[in-house]
Amino acid sequence: MNQGIAMANLTINGKSINVDVEPETPLLWAIRENVGLTGTKYGCGIAQCGACTVHVDGVAMRSCGVTVGEAAGKQITTIEGLAPNGVLTKVQQAWINNDVPQCGYCQSGMIMAVTALLKEKPKPTDQDIDDAITNICRCGTFQQVREAIHAAANA
Amino acid sequence: MNHMPRLNRRAFVIGSAALGSGLALGLDLPFGGPTVVRAADGSPEIGAWVVIRPDDTVVIRIARSEMGQGSLTGLAQLVAEELECDWSKVTTEYPTPGQSVARKRAWGDFSTGGSRGIRASTDYVRKGGATARVMLIEAAANDWKVPASECTAANSVITHTPSGKKTTFGKVAEAAAKLTPPADVKLKDPKDWKLIGKPLKRLDTSDKTTGKMMYGIDVKLPGMLNAAIKQCPVFGGKVKSYDEAKIAGMKGVKKVVKVGDEAVAVVADTWWHAKTALDALPIVWDEGKNGNVSSASIAKWLEEGLDPSQPAFVGNENGDAKAALAGAAKKVEAVYSYPYQNHATMEPLNATALYTADKCEVWCGTQNGEAAFAATVEVSGLPSEKCDVYKYMLGGGFGRKGNTDYVRQAVAIAKQMPGTPIKLLWSREEDMQHGAYHPVTQCKLTAGFDANNNLTALHMRISGQSILASLRPEAMVNGKDPVTFQGLNATGEAAFGYSIPNLLIDHSMRNPHVPPGFWRGVNVNHNAIYVECFMDELALSVGQDPLEFRRKLMTKTPKHLAVLNAVAEKIGWDKPAPQGVSRGLAHFMGFGSYVAAAAEISVIDGTKIKVHRIVAATDPIYAVNPSQIERQVAGSFVYGLSGLFYGGCTVKDGRIEQANFDTYNSMRISEMPKVESIIMPSGGGGAWGGVGEPTICVAAPAVLNAYFAATGKRIRSVPLRDQNITFA
Repeated sequence: MNQGIAMANLTINGKSINVDVEPETPLLWAIRENVGLTGTKYGCGIAQCGACTVHVDGVAMRSCGVTVGEAAGKQITTIEGLAPNGVLTKVQQAWINNDVPQCGYCQSGMIMAVTALLKEKPKPTDQDIDDAITNICRCGTFQQVREAIHAAANA
Repeated sequence: MNHMPRLNRRAFVIGSAALGSGLALGLDLPFGGPTVVRAADGSPEIGAWVVIRPDDTVVIRIARSEMGQGSLTGLAQLVAEELECDWSKVTTEYPTPGQSVARKRAWGDFSTGGSRGIRASTDYVRKGGATARVMLIEAAANDWKVPASECTAANSVITHTPSGKKTTFGKVAEAAAKLTPPADVKLKDPKDWKLIGKPLKRLDTSDKTTGKMMYGIDVKLPGMLNAAIKQCPVFGGKVKSYDEAKIAGMKGVKKVVKVGDEAVAVVADTWWHAKTALDALPIVWDEGKNGNVSSASIAKWLEEGLDPSQPAFVGNENGDAKAALAGAAKKVEAVYSYPYQNHATMEPLNATALYTADKCEVWCGTQNGEAAFAATVEVSGLPSEKCDVYKYMLGGGFGRKGNTDYVRQAVAIAKQMPGTPIKLLWSREEDMQHGAYHPVTQCKLTAGFDANNNLTALHMRISGQSILASLRPEAMVNGKDPVTFQGLNATGEAAFGYSIPNLLIDHSMRNPHVPPGFWRGVNVNHNAIYVECFMDELALSVGQDPLEFRRKLMTKTPKHLAVLNAVAEKIGWDKPAPQGVSRGLAHFMGFGSYVAAAAEISVIDGTKIKVHRIVAATDPIYAVNPSQIERQVAGSFVYGLSGLFYGGCTVKDGRIEQANFDTYNSMRISEMPKVESIIMPSGGGGAWGGVGEPTICVAAPAVLNAYFAATGKRIRSVPLRDQNITFA
């Protein structure tokens, strides 16, 4: 451990991890830089694009807008924690079956947002998808994202 | 698929040492012959493009960069088609630009722009596959002591037809690698293609669903530090001074460095610390002479260029447009404009560099590996054999990452901290305000009709910025930027689709200080709006149907007409649209492909647009992977319509005003129309067309024409948000 001057305890993908960061550090950067899980992406830093979406106590949140202090003591799941044993979730599998990603950079956040949506609404309508999925994808994969959401819901 | 470079400590050592020795083996040796060239894992190369592992895995080398457009998969299809290998055993890897340069550019051009990723490589990568197949067959035939002509290859299995003997590529690869490659190989007739033209799944999807895919931003090296950067907010300005003492005690800060004349970077243990300290660093800028430039001042300057008396470069001319206009029975005139646009790739610019006295290495996403390599050599000051660039998946490129500014900066910072790997990452704000922007232009179109309502003359005067003048001045032709006339040329890969007896298309070049760049679609974005919206205006001015009006002018351009007819037919142009729905059409040509779109929209209260459906047709001459083409078409519409509705970067006090997605928004899934693609390759042995960019330009005019059909209001400027029009 370092100086231990600003230690926070985070629970990420079921593991308790001490990180040497100030409590006001955005959760995104603690996950990427201190914990070293880089599947969660930086896109905007102002909770607009959704590339950094993770689950905090099961709720999809934009980790650039959540501080380490706020996340401490809560269950955080990142894209790496969806399939810890290598068995892909039905959302991930639908993403592969429907060849969804283009560059793929936004897709971690997209998959996390969709996973949370399906937990709340196992058979979402197109309107449910429009309301819940507000992630930016500059490649423009939306058509495949929608198909894959329905495929995952029916899997 | 584990085809991208993986960076852990071990891989890093391999990258520095073993790859280097593979490189040395390749030096000054022809391929094949007695010396086997080996890949990093020891497997033999069968020519530069193919490595076969003992377990029959086929590693196909890909020189172009993958940024989502699917070229990596498409190029592998081209090689595999001729190689006759088992597609399920295919994986890919990037050779490095340094290796390529050391081997006399064995892998050709690395540049991945202009929708050239596949189309500009088709012959030599297919020959690479065919060469390897011939060598593998020969090795098997030698082993069997039979004539090679009696053997065939399919699915990675070689068969001696008369005896029925079989072997696999993996078993004969070592022997094949020792053979002299054939001097020439014959490529398959397109009718015999088994992989080219098939909608195969991408090779790079799996890791993109698990968070494992490595982008430049994810690079980790032992002892690495992180840098955040601020450049003078006014383009062309410089750093005057900064007060380092103010942030000296901040957590994690290691060093503050000047980067060139125009930027300051803070290097810290983490990027968050670097950025936090940089935000607290007092910097005084010398803004130079452009601090008073605004969007209004640029617009005024461009407007002056619309005057026909102003000097202009001629891009396309036949007949005598000015005289014909003077004598026209009726004239129609309109002025259009298109703004600056930022690429806004989802992954902000970044590069990691390690500089020592005798080596400089860079890890990054780049659309042009060789340009990044050249930048590394230049900025490091080291000889090329002591430099290399390791490419990563790009989190979007769209033209921005063919530039090397971020690579140069990373090397410049690393050079000030020898022995320490430095990862430079731009904040979204930096990325948004230091782009290579879609150029700003205006256009005055003047058309003349005779007494019988025949279009007899068109003068199209473009006034505005040249991309080449800024980025590739060596490609200018006697001061003219030929790329300005994309889609407007008399002939070639971006030809004008209309035959008009008296035509003049010219360009008054005016280059503001805002740096322009190649933004997906490049100059067709605005040229297509100008031409295709104005064609609608002309049709309506003489009371004709927009499709019929166009058709009469397209009798000499059958391929242009074919895509237009295809979308018109599929959308049911000859039948009324559904209640409350209006339609618009557009067609264009760019990057060697013919494209058209037909849009169906509804407009609510004149200000809210619901784009229900866009039918799009593409003739790319040959289609390598229709599934990926469909995705490129739909994706290009998201990019183009985001620019139309939400885009537009404005200039105030010499700097770009928009700083993030809150002010430079991008379409969401709720705004996505249903895109129906028609892929209609016309073949015939001509040059192959591209697919990443051509269709982008027809979405906006099709929607704008539909908006007019719905409202009677003609929109002639972008973005729509300036006119309080948005998505429903």
